[in-house]
Amino acid sequence: MSILAGKKVIIIGDRDGIPGMAIEACAKTAGAEVVFSSTECFV
Amino acid sequence: MDLENQKRVKEFAEQYGPENIVVLLGAAEGEASGLAAETVTAGDPTYAGPLTGVSLGLTVYHVCEPEVKAEFDEAVYDEQVSMMEMVLDVDDIISEMSAIRDEHCKYLG
Repeated sequence: MSILAGKKVIIIGDRDGIPGMAIEACAKTAGAEVVFSSTECFV
Repeated sequence: MDLENQKRVKEFAEQYGPENIVVLLGAAEGEASGLAAETVTAGDPTYAGPLTGVSLGLTVYHVCEPEVKAEFDEAVYDEQVSMMEMVLDVDDIISEMSAIRDEHCKYLG
């Protein structure tokens, strides 16, 4: 069963890991609706 | 997790229903991934933010976990994520994330 298709996706990216925008681009290709995307910084 | 982001997560869960939401993380380490995952499932483990004592039980994955990676367009993932994936300890991230999911997620298919 699909995890992402048709779901509302909240993205918490990381400046030192994977940024929000990169995750957003991927999530959209899986049929998810991105409702929020941010990039955190743990410094 | 950032206090402002905790507030947003809580609001979206109320607005859309927690069963309709999936949280995707991009944290750089297993420990940080686990803390963020715990925050959106069991509640804020640091007792600092709006999710303290709020067990949303949301479905949560790290973007590099194989279950969600399989659903992405491969070319887009390669372009956007694979470079960083190479420097992450993905096994550690997977182990932290699966432990939290097994214990706290309420809406796994």
